[in-house]
Amino acid sequence: MSYFSNIFNGIKTLLTGMSITGKYFLNSRKGAITQQYPDNRDTLKMFDRFRGEVIMPHDENNEHACTGCQKCEIACPNGTIEIIWDRGIDEHTGKNKKKIDKFVYHLSMCTMCGLCIDVCPTDAIKWGQNFENSVYDRTALTRVLNKPDSKLRAGVED
Amino acid sequence: MQETATLNNSFKSEEYFINMGPQHPATHGVLRLLLTIDGEIIKKVEPDLGYIHRSIEKMCERDSYQQIVHLTDRMDYLSSHINNEAVCLTVENALELEIPDRVKVIRTIIGELTRIASHCLWWGVMGMDVGALTTYFYGFRDREMINDIFEETCGARLTMNYNVPGGLMWDIHPNFIKRVKEFIVHFKTKIPEYDKLLTGNVIFQKRTKGVGVLSKEDAISFGVSGPVARGSGYSCDVRKYHPYSALDKVTFNEVLETDGDTFARYNVRIKELWESLSIIEQLIDNIPEGEHRVKTNAVIKLPKGEFYQKVETARGELGVYIISTGTKNPYRMKFRSPGFSNLSALNHMAVGGKIGDLVATMATLDLVIPDIDR
Repeated sequence: MSYFSNIFNGIKTLLTGMSITGKYFLNSRKGAITQQYPDNRDTLKMFDRFRGEVIMPHDENNEHACTGCQKCEIACPNGTIEIIWDRGIDEHTGKNKKKIDKFVYHLSMCTMCGLCIDVCPTDAIKWGQNFENSVYDRTALTRVLNKPDSKLRAGVED
Repeated sequence: MQETATLNNSFKSEEYFINMGPQHPATHGVLRLLLTIDGEIIKKVEPDLGYIHRSIEKMCERDSYQQIVHLTDRMDYLSSHINNEAVCLTVENALELEIPDRVKVIRTIIGELTRIASHCLWWGVMGMDVGALTTYFYGFRDREMINDIFEETCGARLTMNYNVPGGLMWDIHPNFIKRVKEFIVHFKTKIPEYDKLLTGNVIFQKRTKGVGVLSKEDAISFGVSGPVARGSGYSCDVRKYHPYSALDKVTFNEVLETDGDTFARYNVRIKELWESLSIIEQLIDNIPEGEHRVKTNAVIKLPKGEFYQKVETARGELGVYIISTGTKNPYRMKFRSPGFSNLSALNHMAVGGKIGDLVATMATLDLVIPDIDR
């Protein structure tokens, strides 16, 4: 007798499970979390804090806020940031000050830990939301973040 | 005459040797198991480690204390927030920093969310390992909501690095509380579905009941911790015995099962989902106001000495041990990872069973290989 009751019990538990899958099968549109990724590129918006890459925002006068203090370079665990700097006369104050020549960012070494942005005293670098970073040549992953001929914004001190 | 001899010879039972892994889908990573088997019966299981060893402990000796935190993301990536918390707690204890209540509560909430996310993934993969592919999609669906919460608040989905020594990198996102409450309501309807779909399933029960038995005595002597030990009736929840962050303010039950088999370990994790939900519910409505971060020196120097802190990750007890000589780097850093000790009991649990049972047993050990190799 227990032979048959085992069979019926087995079928019952399977049907219980199938009632769940059947429910989702019939309401397949509801509660779907899959994103149609390459097709939804136009509408896809990442969260504000999303860590895609490090960027250096420039304003309309082609000015940035990086004073070249190199705190980010020291904070970085992987040697991702390399600042090539020089000394020059600051045109706003007339003092001989440190200024950046190139802010080199090796995206291929970056672990997105955020310590550089956390430590930056002038908020010169920020998180960019772009995450499509694949390239055919890895040298393209080494970027210079400050734009050509960009200057330090007036009044930014570290 | 000779014919009969060869015939007998060819039917003779003979032990042989087979590799499971390092690229076997059931080992969830690059774990290689050397199996000595007799037909289908397992005689010996020997884990071969080191395929994903990245010398994290050695790298810690090079890095400053702020930089160490992001390396621990990459150990047990499914409970990365709890790993970060462990390092931060060790450093804060050593510095004798007073941490604001707000930080403690947020850390606990996100830690429990991490635990739920990890158990969701485990549940999906557990089902998949014993042949129920549907669970994989349902587990990942619910985990996705938590990942979105993390992405909004911490900026990353998996390797969050949200803790810093002294607090949190940013304050929580304004949407955080709303989203967590939505998740609690959503997830409370989903756990019963998990039970209906897999726990009650007769095939699943046949595959897991009485398989991979680990007695309480063996669990203690192998140094097993976390849900694996609690499935054997060994009460070892670090959250209960050595509460850290805001865990001393909440009430929750330590889930204990006595059978010690695969099904018991499965049940412990499913019940822990409820407990984690109840911890979050108790804390989410009264997150105290205050600072999200205490100012520390830019260069953190720990006083000379040895410091140890243990926390309960989704897999068990994670210990962080720092020897400091008073400089800005640790002299020696040691992680006591739960996966490593849990794996050591695998041979004991699997011997005498079938290869299929080994897969089910390994699924409930919930191994994360980078955590074992570090």
